[in-house]
Amino acid sequence: MRITGAKMVTESLKEEGVEVVFGYPGGAIMNVYDEIYKQSFFQHILTRHEQAAIHAAEGYAKSTGEVGVAIVTSGPGFTNAVTGLADAYMDSIPLVVISGQVPTTIIGTDGFQEIDAVGISRPCTKHNYLVNKIEDLPRIIKEAFHIAATGRPGPVHVDIPKDITAELANFEYPKEVNIPTYKPTVKYNKRQLKKAMDAISKAKKPLLYVGGGAILANCAYEIRELAEKLNIPVVETLMARGVMGHDHELLMGMLGMHGEFAANMAAHDTDLLISLGARFDDRVTGRLDEFAKKAKVIHVDIDPASISKLVDTNFPIVGDLKVTVQGMIDSASEMEFNDYSNWVSLLRDYREKEPLRYNDSDSVIKPQWPIERVGQLLGENAIISTDVGQHQMWTAQFYPFSYPRQWNTSGGLGTMGFGLPGAMGVARGNKDKVSINFTGDGSILMNIQELMTCVEYNLPVINIILNNNYLGMVRQWQTLFYENRISETDLSVQPDFKMLVESFGGIGYRVTTKEEFDTALNDAVEKKKPAMIEVIVARDEIVLPMVPNGHALNEMTLLGDSNE
Amino acid sequence: MNNFNHYYDSETTRQVISVIVINEHNVLSRIVGLFSARGYNIDSLTVAPMSGTEYSRMTIVTTGDKRVIDQIVKQLNKLIPVLRVNEHKNVIEKETVLIKIPIEQPLSDIEVIARAYNGHIQNVTEDAIVISATDEPHRIANFTNIMNKFKPLEVVRSGVVAMER
Repeated sequence: MRITGAKMVTESLKEEGVEVVFGYPGGAIMNVYDEIYKQSFFQHILTRHEQAAIHAAEGYAKSTGEVGVAIVTSGPGFTNAVTGLADAYMDSIPLVVISGQVPTTIIGTDGFQEIDAVGISRPCTKHNYLVNKIEDLPRIIKEAFHIAATGRPGPVHVDIPKDITAELANFEYPKEVNIPTYKPTVKYNKRQLKKAMDAISKAKKPLLYVGGGAILANCAYEIRELAEKLNIPVVETLMARGVMGHDHELLMGMLGMHGEFAANMAAHDTDLLISLGARFDDRVTGRLDEFAKKAKVIHVDIDPASISKLVDTNFPIVGDLKVTVQGMIDSASEMEFNDYSNWVSLLRDYREKEPLRYNDSDSVIKPQWPIERVGQLLGENAIISTDVGQHQMWTAQFYPFSYPRQWNTSGGLGTMGFGLPGAMGVARGNKDKVSINFTGDGSILMNIQELMTCVEYNLPVINIILNNNYLGMVRQWQTLFYENRISETDLSVQPDFKMLVESFGGIGYRVTTKEEFDTALNDAVEKKKPAMIEVIVARDEIVLPMVPNGHALNEMTLLGDSNE
Repeated sequence: MNNFNHYYDSETTRQVISVIVINEHNVLSRIVGLFSARGYNIDSLTVAPMSGTEYSRMTIVTTGDKRVIDQIVKQLNKLIPVLRVNEHKNVIEKETVLIKIPIEQPLSDIEVIARAYNGHIQNVTEDAIVISATDEPHRIANFTNIMNKFKPLEVVRSGVVAMER
């Protein structure tokens, strides 16, 4: 049967089992929206900005493990989406983003709402397509979903000119994908794995350094099993929070710029760094030539380009992390290993002597406190999103993450404005959990319009603003490294957040005491409506510990060193 | 022991890479965009379809230290339309140059020099002659330098093509 290109889009999404699409209509994508109106296979959620549509799809994808889908129009619709695409690209989030384009006859004439969308998206997508012929459309969408979800995941962009969505052609959705040039390596090289395992068996202070790839590859439980079987301590990157579970005795915490003392010392002292799905980001390594200086390196990654990009690797292993870690577990059964218990207890001593902590106060709420408190009250029942800044680091430090996909943050790109739409996607994909967004008074205003989407679709996101009247993280750097010149980071002029959320139809709270916070949170959870709890927090708190930029991980500023 | 010797390993080498890509929309800009976005050099780039296939071959000459060349090859391999990347070790390289020289210049001298570089006169008009030469890239560079003294009106170099011996 001959159908339009627009109907091919909705039929293809149906074939892919898509249940929700985030998007925003416009001129060039109207044919597709007409088909969206007629179908009942998936829900369309109208965001109030295209950037938010992408972040919502990211939050949905990160928390459910499915491919997120967003649809936007040409020109400004697409350019608004670019920040979201870049964010998903940096964090390897599987997305398919469909954009409208001006008709093929207009392309290249500077037509109304025309932009070279594939030219713009090229550096911030895993792959992209401009559909030139309607006959290619089903194949391209099939390939887009395949490329987004396999290998190192990432966003794929499909740009469809308006005349192609109106044309008619026969529709048959391909059953299989065959891209001769795209065959990601899944199975590791056995000899390399054997060499790596031999190195582990001989090491004295091995350390598992776990990154976001562990969550993307769904292998957190295999990593726990490997760590337990060999009794090897584990450090997590920001993106890997939840892999081990906060109370696991082998977890030495998050490492990096705002990592724990024990975790950073572990990386400094280890003689064998076993990197699993991590990419040696500069926020993790600190000064690179001092990072894990005493160690040989095993690097497992599905992306060969990540291996030896920043660090020379002694034992590179390319392959799917889940398959590889399972291979390591199997291989370990036939081997003998050193006893690492002295090394584990040394690090546990570090953790006890120098735990993550802050100086609490009775007169004012410290920003770390609401995070700990939500952890105590909701714990595993909440999926936590954040925006970007001090509150993000405190959340990574102080929330007790128990399982993978409980944590939704913008790591690689550090996108302020990610939190609210991201938490919206989480709420849509996880109706049995509470979707919490920790945010700052700077970040929340970057996509505040999404409160409208939350209210319209009853997505009960609870936004907790840790309000210190500052762009806190930039102010922290100004304080520490710019002789306290507070340039353009004082946010004393603010809206009335309570009235603001209420004007959208949500519930607002403004709290200044711990008791008020508990009451507000309980009320918001009970009412299951979009809410915003503004918490007035200590103004000058800084995120500690901290490895100053350009320093080695063992050169940390700890809480005891500060004047707080 | 130090794993992070790239701070010290800065010896720059010249590398010829050939990339086999699917002939499709945007593929050249994908390759070039990768080089510009990551700050890699392209000294020369030539592209042509491979006869009888749906693929094209690009020959890229680049410079960088070992780590950079390694990353270039890996990042190129990551691109979806890239079938294969060859990091050539032992190749025959050729480049062509076309040079237009005013007719007043001493033509016999020019022809003798051109012949020394496997070149000859291609065309003669009332105003100018065009000579061409095809040779190894460093010899073509020499030839172009020498020809400068004959006040060339135009010089066009093709970029390098290469084949493993």
